[in-house]
Amino acid sequence: MSTLLEVDGVSVSFDGFRAINNLSIQIGEPELRAVIGPNGAGKTTFMDIITGKTKPDEGRVTWGDRNISLLGMSESEIAMEGIGRKFQKPTVFEDQTVRENLAMALHNPRGPFAVLFYKKTQEGAKRIKEIATEIGLSDSLTRRAGELSHGQKQWLEIGMLLAQDPRLLLVDEPAAGMTTAERELTTDLLKRAAKTRAVVVVEHDMEFVRRLDCKVTVLHEGSVLAEGSLDHVTADQTVIDVYLGRQ
Amino acid sequence: MNKSFLMRNPSTLWFLLGLSLFTIVVTILSDAGLGVMSTSFVKTLGKTLCLCLIAVAMDVVWGYCGILSLGHFAFFGIGGYAVGMWLMYARTEGIVLDSLATQTIPPTAQEVTDAIGNQIFGVVGSSEFPMIWAFSDSLFLQLLMVVLVPGLLALVFGWLAFRSRVTGVYLSILTQAMTLALSLYLFQNDSGLRGNNGLSGLQNIPGFENTPQSTISLAFFYASASAVALGYVLFAWVTSGKMGSVIKAIRDNESRVRFLGYHVESYKLFVFTITAVVAAIAGALYYPQAGIINPAEIAPIASIYLAVWVAIGGRGRLYGAVIGAAFVSLLSSWFTGGGAPAIPLGFYTIQWTDWWLVLLGLSFVAVTLYAPKGIGGLFDYLVRKPS
Repeated sequence: MSTLLEVDGVSVSFDGFRAINNLSIQIGEPELRAVIGPNGAGKTTFMDIITGKTKPDEGRVTWGDRNISLLGMSESEIAMEGIGRKFQKPTVFEDQTVRENLAMALHNPRGPFAVLFYKKTQEGAKRIKEIATEIGLSDSLTRRAGELSHGQKQWLEIGMLLAQDPRLLLVDEPAAGMTTAERELTTDLLKRAAKTRAVVVVEHDMEFVRRLDCKVTVLHEGSVLAEGSLDHVTADQTVIDVYLGRQ
Repeated sequence: MNKSFLMRNPSTLWFLLGLSLFTIVVTILSDAGLGVMSTSFVKTLGKTLCLCLIAVAMDVVWGYCGILSLGHFAFFGIGGYAVGMWLMYARTEGIVLDSLATQTIPPTAQEVTDAIGNQIFGVVGSSEFPMIWAFSDSLFLQLLMVVLVPGLLALVFGWLAFRSRVTGVYLSILTQAMTLALSLYLFQNDSGLRGNNGLSGLQNIPGFENTPQSTISLAFFYASASAVALGYVLFAWVTSGKMGSVIKAIRDNESRVRFLGYHVESYKLFVFTITAVVAAIAGALYYPQAGIINPAEIAPIASIYLAVWVAIGGRGRLYGAVIGAAFVSLLSSWFTGGGAPAIPLGFYTIQWTDWWLVLLGLSFVAVTLYAPKGIGGLFDYLVRKPS
């Protein structure tokens, strides 16, 4: 397992509030990693920094085999580097069909003229089918994404990430609002995806994290509080204090 | 590619069929046929087609891409001015040469130029040709300007606005400011485009002095219909397939599209610029039929009407824009042209010239609230959706 992403000494403040404080995390490839932490621990800001939505005040974010810096790259450039992101709220394009949603995410040239003269290929159709099967939506390709259930939208969005063929998947609270059965399917989906690539899951739900059965990073007040297996971190006294609110 | 594209978009075929039928009917009714339709009404219909074309462009930029531009009539006006400059120059040149031909000593080139300048710019107290008239003697170059000037303006303006991620209502205000600034500038006498007089006599086409207006009006009607057909097919192609997918996705959730790896700004710039160019072409066809263009045409209100047409016709479907523009603009000229009878209420008489805008405003609000799909949405009831 080689290091794919390295976040080193990153800090960022909003109006004097330190959302991220000297944060350092390494993600390998392939790896499944869960990031947990109480509200305001900086989980979402951590993802914002990696995907280029927020610029850190200090620190380094390096990526890939050639250790290039992600700072100073735009969101779309970072996405093309191979980092896909799923948001907390399912954000699929509700007006369009499942197939169109997936086709848009497929790993293809992204320039306006390349897209204007884009022709559908057998290969692309095959890939869409594969992904649809993987996320359990192979019967729904022609349905409008808006008609899907909440859980199906979440899967579609994960499917769009897979279609991008990223090396790193950032997944923000995938299990929120899902039934138990849906959660199990989601865990399997993420575990399978993590066999060939890096997957970082931000989650509140301890049960869900337990099912993922992977290395866990606990964030608190913008920096790493503990790291290790779930049993290891939940036995940690400082983690217990933070989660139970004791000082 | 085009063939299969048309097959996949039956509504485009239906539109082209309807447009062809309309053209044939107008030809039969006009002076070329039965002669029951007046030349001025043929011109009105030709102008309406140009408005339909800019409405289609507006629908693409707003209904499909979510950019509520309140400045597209500025591009329409620039197109009109660009072609108007040649029309006015060439026609004045003809008149001046005719009147100087009777002189015993042949006039020098400088004398001719001075006389033309005097004729054109006399109303604003000048006889000098301003810089921007440098190409006005060449139809080809002026036609090039119809495309290039609005294209470049849209490109630069759009690049600045989209790069700074100005969106939503702020972008609308910005486009509105652009069209207002342009209109105010053109109102000045030293703008080089005859201030509030604008350019006039544009219905007289140089080289066709002896052709009756009834024939010219029909020729422009055909040209406008062809432009609408071409523009419609172009935009139907742009908004279908993957490009359409991405554009609609930008409308619905811009930042999500960014995280998919698309450079959203390039797409917006592409859509903004291509629609600006089509708007300018529509303007270049409109003003020779209107006969006159002045800065009031570019006033912000025109661009707002454009948005109202598209909203009433139905955003996000091209035929909706065509229906909206045709329906509302024809209705507007019926109401404001004295066609609608006044309604006496005893204590008050409703004069439609005053009350038409109120009616239009109310219908806009009603459509926005109760029928967001507009008139075009009615077609959904005709066509059963494949499930």
